[in-house]
Amino acid sequence: MAAQSTTAEATPGQHVYRCVGSITIARAASTQREIDALPDPLTLDLSGVQKMDTVGAWVIYRTVRDRGARVVGGGATVEALLKQVAEADSPTQIRPEEPSSALRILREIGEWVAEAGQTLVGLVGFLGAVLVSFATIIRWPKRFRLNAVIQRFDLVGVRALGIIGLMSFLIGIVIGQQGAVQLRQFGAEVYTINLVGRITLRELGPLMTAIMVAGRSGSAFAAQIGTMKLTEEVDAMRTIGVSPIEALVVPRMLAAVIMMPLLSFYSMIVTLIGGGIYVWVDLGIPPLTYIERLQEVVPIRDLWVGLVKAPVFGFIIALAGCFQGMMVEGDSEQVGIRTTAAVVQAIFLVIVVDAVFAVFFSQVGWI
Amino acid sequence: MSRDTVISIRGLKNSFGEQVIHEGLDLDVRRGEILGVVGGSGTGKSVLMRSIIGLQTPSAGEIDVLGENMIGREEDEAKNIRRRWGVLFQAGALFSTLTVAENVEVPIREYFPFIKEDLLDEIASFKIAMSGLPANAGPKYPAELSGGMKKRAGLARALALDPELLFLDEPTAGLDPIGAAGFDELIMQLQKRLELTVFLITHDLDTLYAICDRVAVLADRKVIAIGTIPELLALDHPWIQEYFNGPRGRAAALGHEEQAAHD
Repeated sequence: MAAQSTTAEATPGQHVYRCVGSITIARAASTQREIDALPDPLTLDLSGVQKMDTVGAWVIYRTVRDRGARVVGGGATVEALLKQVAEADSPTQIRPEEPSSALRILREIGEWVAEAGQTLVGLVGFLGAVLVSFATIIRWPKRFRLNAVIQRFDLVGVRALGIIGLMSFLIGIVIGQQGAVQLRQFGAEVYTINLVGRITLRELGPLMTAIMVAGRSGSAFAAQIGTMKLTEEVDAMRTIGVSPIEALVVPRMLAAVIMMPLLSFYSMIVTLIGGGIYVWVDLGIPPLTYIERLQEVVPIRDLWVGLVKAPVFGFIIALAGCFQGMMVEGDSEQVGIRTTAAVVQAIFLVIVVDAVFAVFFSQVGWI
Repeated sequence: MSRDTVISIRGLKNSFGEQVIHEGLDLDVRRGEILGVVGGSGTGKSVLMRSIIGLQTPSAGEIDVLGENMIGREEDEAKNIRRRWGVLFQAGALFSTLTVAENVEVPIREYFPFIKEDLLDEIASFKIAMSGLPANAGPKYPAELSGGMKKRAGLARALALDPELLFLDEPTAGLDPIGAAGFDELIMQLQKRLELTVFLITHDLDTLYAICDRVAVLADRKVIAIGTIPELLALDHPWIQEYFNGPRGRAAALGHEEQAAHD
C-alpha cells in the first residue's frame, strides 16, 4: 500500500497538494505534516486517492475548514466520506475543566473536611445500627445466623493461624536478638527474658495480631461487602426483608471480636517460643530455665492487659472494614479505595486506642 | 480461503475442564455482511467471540481472521491484526479512570503515536459524534454515563482505528426499545458507510430482523445452521422453530414487515 504525496506549483501563487495512494489513519501524521508545510492558498488534489478512511477524510476536511483549501478530483466515495465526517464535526472537550491551582487546593481542603465530617457522622450512625442489630439478636436469638458466624470464625481465625504464627515466631527471634545485643553492653543479657516476656504480652501480641487481621480480614470485609453493594446484593437483601447489618456485619463483627483474643494469645505463645529458641541458642539458657524465668519476671497481669485490648482491636477492625464496605457506591474503583481506607483507618485507630489503653493501665497502676 | 471470507473457523473445540463448549465448529463470515450469532444461554456465543479475537485459546481447531492464522501466534504479530478490528464488549468495558474522549484516543495513541495532540482531539471528537453521543459526553467519566451512552462510547472506541471488522457482544442488551432501535440504525449506517464486516452476538430478535444479513445459530456445541432468516425458518430444527416462531419471534417478524411496508 505504497503512497506518495507530491506537491507542485501549478499556477503562480497557488499550491497544490496531490494525494496519491492511500490516505488513512496510518498516514495521518505525515499527511498532516506535509499539508502544514505548504503555504496558503492551497488546493488538495484527491484524484489519485485509492483508499481513504474517516481519519484521512478528517485531515482533508479540517484543512478545508481551517484554511479554506480547495478540493478537486475526489470520486464519489471520497465525497461521501468527506460529507460524513463534516456531519460529525462537533468539537468536544477531552478532559473536564480544571480550576486554577489555588482554587483547586481550597476546593480539595473543603472536600476533605466535608468528607471527614460525613465519614464521622456515617460511622457513628453505622455503629448505632450495628448496636441495634446486636440488641435485636439478643431479644430474638432465632435471628442469629450461627452458620455465617462459624464460617467467619474459620476465615478470620483458623486460616490466619499459619501467617500469624510465622510472623510471631520471627518477631520473637528479632526481639530476643535485638534485646540481647543491647543488654550485653551492660552485661545484663539475662534480662532479655524480661524484655521478650513483658513486651510480647502487653503490646506486641495484640498489636501485631491486630495489624495482621486488619490486613487480612478487615480488607476482605470491605471488599466483600463493597462488591455486594455494587452488584446490588445488599439492595436485594433489604428488599426481601433481610437486614444487611444482621446478615453481613454482625457475623463479621462477632468473628473479629472473638477471634482477636484467641489469635493474640496464640501469637504471644509463638513469640515467646521464638524468643526462647533465640535465648537458648545465643545465650545458652535452656528452655526449662527460660520458662521458670518467665514465670518469675512476667506478672500474670501483663497477660490480662494484652488480652483485654484484643477484642477492642477486633471490634475496631471489623467496624472500619464493614463500614467502608457499606460506603461503596458507583464503580469498581470505589472498592479499591474503600478497602485501602478500611485497612488504614483500622490500623490507625488500633494504635490510637492502644495509646489510650497504655495511659489508662499506667493510671490504674497495672504497670 | 477466498478473498471474500473475513473470518474462517474450522473444527473449533473449546472446553473448560470436563465441560465441552464447542466441538467441530465451522463458521465463515463474508466480507461486508452483518452476521448475527444467536443461541441459547450457555451455548458459548461469547466464548466463540473470545476465541476469534484471541482472548481464549481453543483446545483444537483453526481460526483465520482477515487471511491470517490466529492460533498460536506471537503477540507482536497479533498486533497488526488487532489494528484492523474493533470490539465492543457487553458492558462497554470503558477504562474507568479515563474520560470518554480519552478512551477513544487510547487505541490511536497506542498504534499511531506520531499524530499530533490537536488532530488527535479532533479525531476523538468526530468519532464521538459519529457514535451518536452529544459533544458534552467527551469530558465525562464512564461512571457518569447511562448504559446506552456507555455502549455508544464503547462503539466510538471500537471504531477509533477505522476497523474493517467489528465485533459486537449484545450491543442492545439492557437498552430501552427506543435506544435499541437507535443503536441498530447506527450500526447499519456505520456498516454501510464504512464498509464494515460485523460479527454481532445478540438475543434481540428485532435487531436480527432489522440489520442482520445472515444469522448463525449456535446449538449442540456447533453452528447448526447459517443463512438468512427465511432460510432458517425453512429448516426443521426445533430450537430454531421455537426461537423464530415463538411469540417474541413472531412479533419481531411482524414489526419488520410493517416497517418494510412503511418504507
